[in-house]
Amino acid sequence: MRLGETLRRPTFWLIVAVVLVFTLLPLRGNNVGLREDLLLAAVYVTLATNLNLMIGYAGYVNFGNIVFFGLGGYLCVWLVNTHAWPLVAAALFAGVIVSLVGLLFGLGILRLRGAHFALATIGVNEGVKAFVANFTPWGGSTGIYLSIQAYQPLGGAAQALWTIYFLLVAVMGLSLALSYGIKNSKFGLGLRAIGQNEDAAIVLGVPTRRYKALVYSASAFLPAVAGALFFFKSAFIQPDDAYDLALSTEAIVAVMLGGQGTLVGPALGAFLYEELRSTLLTAQAFSNFQLVIAGALLLLIVQFVPGGLMGWIYRRWPGMKRVLE
Amino acid sequence: MFGILASIVDGVLVGSVYGLAAMGLTLIWGVMDVINLSHGAMIVAGMFGLFYLTMLGVPPYAAIAPVLVAGFGLGVGLYWIAVHRMIGRPPLMSLLATFAVNMVLIGLGTAVWGTVLFNVPVTLPGISLRGYTFTGTHIMAAVLTAVIAGLLYLFLYRTRPGKAIRAVAGNREAAELNGIPTTQVLALAFGLGVALACISGALIATLFPFTILSGTAYQLKSFVVTVLGGLGNPAGALFGGVALGLLEGLLTPFMPVSWTTVIEFGVFVIVLVAFPGGLFGFLRRARSR
Repeated sequence: MRLGETLRRPTFWLIVAVVLVFTLLPLRGNNVGLREDLLLAAVYVTLATNLNLMIGYAGYVNFGNIVFFGLGGYLCVWLVNTHAWPLVAAALFAGVIVSLVGLLFGLGILRLRGAHFALATIGVNEGVKAFVANFTPWGGSTGIYLSIQAYQPLGGAAQALWTIYFLLVAVMGLSLALSYGIKNSKFGLGLRAIGQNEDAAIVLGVPTRRYKALVYSASAFLPAVAGALFFFKSAFIQPDDAYDLALSTEAIVAVMLGGQGTLVGPALGAFLYEELRSTLLTAQAFSNFQLVIAGALLLLIVQFVPGGLMGWIYRRWPGMKRVLE
Repeated sequence: MFGILASIVDGVLVGSVYGLAAMGLTLIWGVMDVINLSHGAMIVAGMFGLFYLTMLGVPPYAAIAPVLVAGFGLGVGLYWIAVHRMIGRPPLMSLLATFAVNMVLIGLGTAVWGTVLFNVPVTLPGISLRGYTFTGTHIMAAVLTAVIAGLLYLFLYRTRPGKAIRAVAGNREAAELNGIPTTQVLALAFGLGVALACISGALIATLFPFTILSGTAYQLKSFVVTVLGGLGNPAGALFGGVALGLLEGLLTPFMPVSWTTVIEFGVFVIVLVAFPGGLFGFLRRARSR
């Protein structure tokens, strides 16, 4: 798609606006609480938007999407901790490696379709988690702890938290841009053909195997970078946090809530879900029921509004299809 | 040497129970192309069912009958709540629906029971051979698994509802045209699948201590077993269970337990990719060639 056309699309400007709001809002009055809230939201948006490349565009549900996030986190924390790499280099390197691993996995397991593929992704997640829990260079089940020294190159811990926040917002913006770019490309068209009817796509000459492996790999890169930044911020990483199946699930809920296959939907869903979650977590009575509520929400969406929020908006105001992609 | 053999035999005994759990999963898949991702929660329901029945003074093995009946009811209920609208829709939707049920049930369970370890004390005399003891409960569980698998076979092949299930699995439209009430049959099959999961849960509860979260591990084992045996094939599930038990028994003497999981999932993904029809189906086809 040409630049001129991109600049005329409202969705493009929406992405720019979201990134600007995320950047500027917490700066007003040095609002650290808001920053932490938005940081988590940015992580959710990143995860949901990239997962949507698989679920929404190609029609493949990836239950193990959190593998990328966790592996990225591990690689980065390990490189920073034992090899004293600078954060940005470590995060980017982690993204590239995880993306390559994703490509390898993808070429293997994407021969499978539908339910078989979903099962394989659960297997990959558990297998990787079990492997990392036993892998001694990465601390086995105790994980890796970063020393406070790791924050020195970023100007101390307080300054580092801001830097990491801005980097995560950038990753979120890039995720939205990637989703936007793919959606409006021939590649994206091929993916959506796969999602609609894979056999027909093959007949029409879509290189399905290659496309599926590519999108699996592409959906791995930014979550891995986000994981790298996120776990650098937490200063420690252990298998149960890194491969938290709950987070994987919540990303799926976010995608379905907003509307799979749309660009705005998953991001909106992720943001709303994260806000709902943090409200519920602070309300004492609900903190134990977080997953129950997420589950009930998912069940209702799947049963009654499979198109999610965006699907509902499109039905109500068909003209919105051109404004919010 | 005998120690390894004993470990393998024990693995096979326990593995047959995994096979029973997987049978429930694979039956549902075979009939309605739905992978029940709430399978683990159903297994845990069976565990807790047994726990409370034994608390009330019911002998553990007698408690299996009420667990079966309750499991069947639970399954039929779940079919109408979560699965019915998903029939004929893309697999994504039924996966998400059953996954959501799992989240709700496990979430509620965790809120009620926490993650405390539960244990059903069962004492059965074991069999001692050359210094190794084969635990009584393991043998009993394997025997009961064989009995239940036999009963399932009789039900599916010798009774009218069983034949209706197989007809619907074979071709739903043709079955409907022949006057089979397919919707009821689907509900029946789902109920049966969940009942099998609950019974296997009850049997596992007689073997090992459990928590509300144990379901995940056994659900994953069921996946491994189903993939070994081929999705949609109950006989294959039993074979897959025994194969997994064999593998576990063979590995246990040589490496720490935590590594066996890594190998299990490695085998799982490799088999899934190399033989999507299941190892069992592959072997059977190879033999008939």
